[in-house]
Amino acid sequence: MTPQSAMLLTIAVPLAASVLITRAGHWPNLREAISVLTTLVLFALVVSLLPSVLAGHRPGVELFRVLPGISLGFGLEPLGMLFALVASGLWIATTIYSIGYMRAEHELHQTRFYAFFPIALASTMGIAFASNLFTLFVFYEALTLSTYPLVVHKETPEARRAGRVYLGLLMGTSIGLLLLAIVWTWAIAGTLSFQPGGILAGRVRHQVLPVLLGLYLFGIGKAALMPFHRWLPSAMVAPTPVSALLHAVAVVKAGVFTVLKVVIYVFGTHLLTRTGASVWLMYVAGFTLVTASLVAMLQDNLKARLAYSTVSQLSYIVLGATLATRWGIIGGSLHLVMHAFGKITLFFCAGAIAVTTHKTRVSELNGIGWQMPVTMLAFLLATLSVIGLPPGGGAWSKWLLAMGTIEAHRYLLLAALMASSLLNVGYLMTIVARAFFLAPEGDGSVAGIREAPLSCLVPLGITALGCVVLFFYAQPIVHMLMPLVNVTGSAG
Amino acid sequence: MTFHNLPALQVVIPLISAPLCFLLRRATPAWLLSVAVSWICLAISALLLQHVLTVGPVSYHMGGWMPPWGIEYRIDLLNAFVLVLVSGIGAVVLPYARRSVLFEVGNRRAYLFYTAFLLCLTGLLGMTSTGDAFNVFVFLEISSLASYILISMGRDRRALTASFQYLVMGTIGGTFILIAIGFMYISTGTLNMADLARRLPEVTQIRTVQVAFAFFTVGIGLKLAMFPLHLWLPNAYTYAPSAATSFLASTSTKVAIYLLLRFAYDVFGRLFSFHAMPFGPILLVLSSIAIVFASVGAIFQDNIKRMFAYSSVAQIGYITLGIGMATATGLTAGILHLFNHALMKGALFLAIGCIVPRLGSMQVADTAGLGRRMPWTMAAIVIAGLSLVGMPLTVGFVSKWYLVMAALQKGWWWLALLILAGSLLALIYVWRVIEAAYLREPAPGRDLTAIREAPLSMLIPTWILVLANIWFGIDPHLTVGTASRAAAMLMGLGS
Repeated sequence: MTPQSAMLLTIAVPLAASVLITRAGHWPNLREAISVLTTLVLFALVVSLLPSVLAGHRPGVELFRVLPGISLGFGLEPLGMLFALVASGLWIATTIYSIGYMRAEHELHQTRFYAFFPIALASTMGIAFASNLFTLFVFYEALTLSTYPLVVHKETPEARRAGRVYLGLLMGTSIGLLLLAIVWTWAIAGTLSFQPGGILAGRVRHQVLPVLLGLYLFGIGKAALMPFHRWLPSAMVAPTPVSALLHAVAVVKAGVFTVLKVVIYVFGTHLLTRTGASVWLMYVAGFTLVTASLVAMLQDNLKARLAYSTVSQLSYIVLGATLATRWGIIGGSLHLVMHAFGKITLFFCAGAIAVTTHKTRVSELNGIGWQMPVTMLAFLLATLSVIGLPPGGGAWSKWLLAMGTIEAHRYLLLAALMASSLLNVGYLMTIVARAFFLAPEGDGSVAGIREAPLSCLVPLGITALGCVVLFFYAQPIVHMLMPLVNVTGSAG
Repeated sequence: MTFHNLPALQVVIPLISAPLCFLLRRATPAWLLSVAVSWICLAISALLLQHVLTVGPVSYHMGGWMPPWGIEYRIDLLNAFVLVLVSGIGAVVLPYARRSVLFEVGNRRAYLFYTAFLLCLTGLLGMTSTGDAFNVFVFLEISSLASYILISMGRDRRALTASFQYLVMGTIGGTFILIAIGFMYISTGTLNMADLARRLPEVTQIRTVQVAFAFFTVGIGLKLAMFPLHLWLPNAYTYAPSAATSFLASTSTKVAIYLLLRFAYDVFGRLFSFHAMPFGPILLVLSSIAIVFASVGAIFQDNIKRMFAYSSVAQIGYITLGIGMATATGLTAGILHLFNHALMKGALFLAIGCIVPRLGSMQVADTAGLGRRMPWTMAAIVIAGLSLVGMPLTVGFVSKWYLVMAALQKGWWWLALLILAGSLLALIYVWRVIEAAYLREPAPGRDLTAIREAPLSMLIPTWILVLANIWFGIDPHLTVGTASRAAAMLMGLGS
C-alpha cells in the first residue's frame, strides 16, 4: 500500500466504521467489537506510514481543488506523524476503557457515543495529515462538530449549557479569528500549503506579523489560550472517556498541533525569531500557564482540576512554539506526546474512581489509595510525568522547553515555567498524598481493595507505564522531530 | 422552434401554461403541467447559459422589431446565470409542491396555486431576460401580483394580512420603479436598456436622471427587502405556504437584486452610481446594519420560518455588501452569494415544509425530539444550516471566503470582522433549532411517536438542494467562474 492511500484510509476507515456502528446499534457486543477492531486497523495504518517518514520521504496527495490555490490535500511530515501516532495509539486504550466505563455507568445513547467517536478520530487524522491550511481548517471544524454530541452526551440542562460554551467558543474563535487569519494569509501569500520555512517570509511587512500571529493563536481556540479557555472546564460534563481522549488528546492536541504547524510551516521559525513577532504571545502563554495552574489549585472537582491543568500544560506547548527556537519547537512537540500520555492516565484514573466509588471531589479522596492501589499508583506515575519529574517522560519535554527559554534569553519565562511546575506539584501531588496518607472519612477504616472493572484498569495501567517508558525512549522521538528545526533553520 | 427563439420561449411557455392550468381546474393535471413547464424552462435556461458561456450574449427581437424601437431580450452571462437559478429552483420546488400544497392549500384550490406559481415564474424569468426597461416593470407586476396570491394561500389566516402588507409595500416599490423608468424615458427618449446605457452617461448632470436613480433604488430596495425596507418579508415568508416560501425566498429577491445590479452597473453605469451618486456608502451602511440587526432579530424568533425569514434579510445584506464594494472581487462575492444563498434558503425552507404537515407547528420549542422522528429532514436542516453559517465544503464557505477577501483587499478590517460576526450570529440561531430537535425531550403531553419521516416526494427535492449546497461547495468552478466573469463584465473589464 502506498503512503498516499494509507493516509486517505486513516480518514476513510473510521468514517466507514461509524456507519457500521450505527447499523449494529442493537447488538452491543458487535458494536463494540467493531469499535475495537477499527482502532487496531487505524493504528496499524498509521504505523505503516512511519518508515516512510523516518526515511525522509514527504509523500502528498491532493483530492480536489476548491478554489484557485485552495485544495483538499494531505501530506506526511514528522510532526503530523507524531500526532497521528499518539492519537490513534491512545484511541485503542480509550475504546477499551470506554466499554468498561459506559457499561458500568449504564449510560444511555451508547450507539451515538460509539458512532461519533470514530468521526472525531477521522477528523483528528485529517488534521494530522493536512497539507495546507484549508484542509486543516475543514477537519478542525469537523472535529468541533463531531465532538459536540459527545460533550452533550448526557442531555441534561447542564450538558446543554456546556455544549453551548464549547461550541460557541470553539466556533466563535475559529470562524471569527482563525478563518480571518487564513483568508488574510491567502491574500498575502497566494497559497495556503504548509512549506518548510514558511510561506510568509519576504511577502509581508513586519509590523503586520504580530497581529496575524495573534489572530492565529487566539483563533485556534482548541489550544485554550486565555481568555478562550473556558470551553475546556465546561466540557468536563462529558463522560470520562470523552474527557480523556478528546480533552486530553485529540481536541486540545489538535489545537496545539495547529499552533505548531502554523509557526513552523506558515510563518517559519526563522521569520519569527528575526522579527520578534511572537514575543507578546510568549507572555500571553506564560501568563496562561501560571494563571491556569493557580486556578487549578482552587478546584475541588477532580475533573475540573485536571481541565485547568490541561489549560496550563497546553500553554507550555504554545510557549515552545512561540519561542520558535530549536529547543522550544522540539520541546513543545515532545510535550504534546508526554502530556497526552500523562493526562489521559489522570483522566482514566478520575473516571475509574468515579465508576467505583462515585466520588468526584478531591476532598473526598482521603485514603482512597488503599482501596484502589493500582489506580492511584498509575495516578502517581502520570503525576510525575505531568510535573516533569523522572521517571516520567514529561521530564524531558520540560527540560527542553526550559532550554528553549534560555536559548531565547527569556529568563522571566523560565521562571514562569518553574513556578508553574511547582504549582503542579501543589495541585497534583496533594491528591496522591491525600490518597495514601490521610485516613478516609467516617470511621477511618479502609473497606478493602475494590478496583474499577478490568477493562478500565488495564488501559490506565498501560498508559501509566507509557509515561515511564517514554522517559527512557524520548530520544527516538526527538530524532524524528529534528528535521523540523533543521529545515526551518536553513531556509527562510 | 429553433435555438434562436429560446429567450422568448423561456417566458412564453409558462405564460401560456398558466391559464391552461386555471382551465384544468383539477389538482393533479395542473401539477403535472406545472412540473413539465418548470423542467422545460430549466432545460432552456441551461441551454442558454451554455451558449452564453461558450459563444457569447444572445439578443432576441420580439416580433422582429429592431431595438431600440422593439422589445429586445438580451441574455448575457449575468442574467443567464440568474435564469438557471430561477428555473432550477422552480423545477425542484414544483415536484415537492404536490404533497405540501395538498396539505397547506387543499385539494380544491390547488390548481389556483399552480396557476399563480406559473405566473410568478413567468414574471421572474421575464424580468431577468428582458432588455427593455418598461418590460421590466410589466413582468415585475406580473410576478408581484402572483406572489401576493401565493402568499395569501397560506393556512394561517394571518397570511391574508401578510399578503396585504406585501401588496401595499410592493405596489409602492413597483410605482417608484415605474416613475424611475418614466424619468429615464423623458431624459433619453428610449426604453431599451442597452440604448439607455449609451445615452444616460451624456445626461447624468440632469436632476431628472438623478431623481430617477433615487426612485429606482428605493423601489427595487423594497422588492429585494433591503434593510430598512424589509418589513414585509418576515410575515410574508412566515405565513405563505411552504412551497411558495421556498420558491420566493430563493428567487424573487434574487431577481430584484439582479435588476439592481443591472441598472446600477449597466444602465446608469458604475461611474454614475458609485461616483456621482453615493450608492456605495448607502449600500455598505445599510447592508452592515442588515447583517447585524436581522441576524440578532433571527435569534429571538420562536417561529422557525420567521427565524429564517429574518436570516434572509441578513443574507441579502451580504449580497448587497458585495455589490456595494464595487470591486471585481466584491461583485463576484455578491453574485456568488446570490446563487449560494438561494441554495441554502431553498433547502432550509423545503426542509421546514417537510416538518409542517407532520408536526402542525413551526415553533422551535415544538421540534423537541424531532431529530429521532424525522432524521432525514433534520439532517437536511443541519447541513443547510451549517452552509448558512459558512462551514467549509459547503457553498456558504465559498461565499464567505470571497466576501472576506473582498473586504481585505479594500483594507476594511471592520468589515471582514463584521462578515464573520454575522456568521457566528447565524450559528446561534441555527443551533437553537438543532439543540431543540436533537437534545430536548418533547414537552410532557406531546406524543411524537405518530410522527413519521416526510414522504419521498418531498424529501428528494429537499435533498437535491442540500446536495447542491455540498456539490457547489466542493466544486465551485461553475459558480465562481460564472460569477467572476459576470463581475468582470459589469466592471467593464470585458467578460
